[in-house]
Amino acid sequence: MRGRFAPYLLIAPSVLFLGALFLLPLVQTIALAFQEGSAPGFGLGNFARMADDLNFQDAVRNTFRIVLIVVPLQLSLALVMALMLGHLRRGRDIVLWIWSIPLGISDLAAGLVWLALLNDRGFLNSGLFRLGLIAAPQSYLTYETPGALLGAIVLAELWRATAIVLVIIVAGLQLIPKEYGEAASVFGASPWSIFRRITLPLLKPSIQTALILRTVLAFEMFGIVLALGGRNIPVLVSEAYNWQYANQDYGVAAAYAVVVMALSLAATLVYLRVLRSARGQMP
Amino acid sequence: MTVRRGIFLSGVVVLCAWTLVPIWLLAIGAVSGRAGVSAWPKSLFPSSAGLDVLAAFLRIDEVWRATLTSVEVALMCMAICLALGAPAGYALARYSFRGATTYRLLILLTRAFPVGILALPLTVGFIRLGLYDTALGVALMHAALALPFAVLVSASLFQAIPRELEEAAWVFGCSRLRAFTRVVLPIALPGMAATAIFAFVISWNEVFAASVLTVRHRTLAAYLLAVLSESPLHVQFAGGFVLIVPAILFIFLVRRHLFSMWGIANR
Repeated sequence: MRGRFAPYLLIAPSVLFLGALFLLPLVQTIALAFQEGSAPGFGLGNFARMADDLNFQDAVRNTFRIVLIVVPLQLSLALVMALMLGHLRRGRDIVLWIWSIPLGISDLAAGLVWLALLNDRGFLNSGLFRLGLIAAPQSYLTYETPGALLGAIVLAELWRATAIVLVIIVAGLQLIPKEYGEAASVFGASPWSIFRRITLPLLKPSIQTALILRTVLAFEMFGIVLALGGRNIPVLVSEAYNWQYANQDYGVAAAYAVVVMALSLAATLVYLRVLRSARGQMP
Repeated sequence: MTVRRGIFLSGVVVLCAWTLVPIWLLAIGAVSGRAGVSAWPKSLFPSSAGLDVLAAFLRIDEVWRATLTSVEVALMCMAICLALGAPAGYALARYSFRGATTYRLLILLTRAFPVGILALPLTVGFIRLGLYDTALGVALMHAALALPFAVLVSASLFQAIPRELEEAAWVFGCSRLRAFTRVVLPIALPGMAATAIFAFVISWNEVFAASVLTVRHRTLAAYLLAVLSESPLHVQFAGGFVLIVPAILFIFLVRRHLFSMWGIANR
């Protein structure tokens, strides 16, 4: 008798908690975004004001640019790193630990790390100066150099968040039986075709997980952008923050939040569909 | 063959340097103070090796208070995650019950959403409840971020402990609770510690929700973000360094459990 209810009692606290602090604010955000001023009734006023804002288009463009550049680069880099780990004879654990250090670093701290390298009198400029490539400090992080600023953010994101993808891919690789690759190489398959025909298809679920997680987190990117660019480069979440904090306009901030959530959800659904792995079907 | 091996190994070394060198450079920025930050051109080693700049940074009244708040928030987040996540993980690992799939879906759903952003509407509710601008309020929000991970990790931990051990304890007359505390818990403890540490790091690092939910009682990350535009570079670097150090230590401590964090074994 007690056994039947036990699991429900065990999960109940976490369900209630996530209900109160995940599902409820989710509904509230959507409600807040569609609210018209203080009057009752719903409308698209907040979204109209959001879209009319000068920074909106820039924020959308920047966010998409960063996500579209960073995520594929991260996936490729993580794949390379994971395969390298597989070929290491000694010191695999220590290398894996070093490569996963950025996992614990917040995006604000990562932004500050790269600020130390890329500011006018930073280490990059010092290095270039020593090599005789530049005569005086160069600026990379102003609104006059949007390309370089974007590059800096991409670099910092690549540095910080490739570790998450790496860990997921390494875990996925461990699930693939070694025999498949061995059998293929007995029949004369090259390492490249083993990778393309065996490893990659079997890795699809892990790649899917990694892409979902990374893309959602990349849409949420915030501290890294503020640390490197200040307000020179608006992205969606930093705009939400500004509307909430500087302008005290909770409606428009919520509208931005809804946009970010819709994008994250859409990306997740696309990944689930495109990288669907049919069970039992051999690659 | 040896040439190829050499190229391969230097690739590994380069990637290690790519991870470590930027942290080293930030550390130099953090300890070299105002003069060091404006020095030109810079050297790759600290000029005046001194932790006094860092100490001076931590002595700034607000920084010290923010650091304490961060620790307080992270500890509360950790406690909530363990208290709610471990039982749920145990239920997922040991019972098959109706709704288990739905529950798993709820957990996974939280990962398809940028949860931090949900702090925006919470502001209003938190003001009403008196939770706004308190450590507890931020901790609650952070726990919502970290709880799904805690559930998944503890589920995979309990799954890895043979059911037979527990059953043997029942045969010898232990109650279910006693069998759990005497047999399962000791084995699961290291993994649970990793879960706790991970919850701590998630909270320690979180910026957005902490910034939105506080005004005066800021966490370290939120404080740094708030003063970012008006503080000199060396203060920013010192702040960044203080943020990073515990994170690196923690990742070292939980390195064995990094894989189960992402719910991979549970798919």
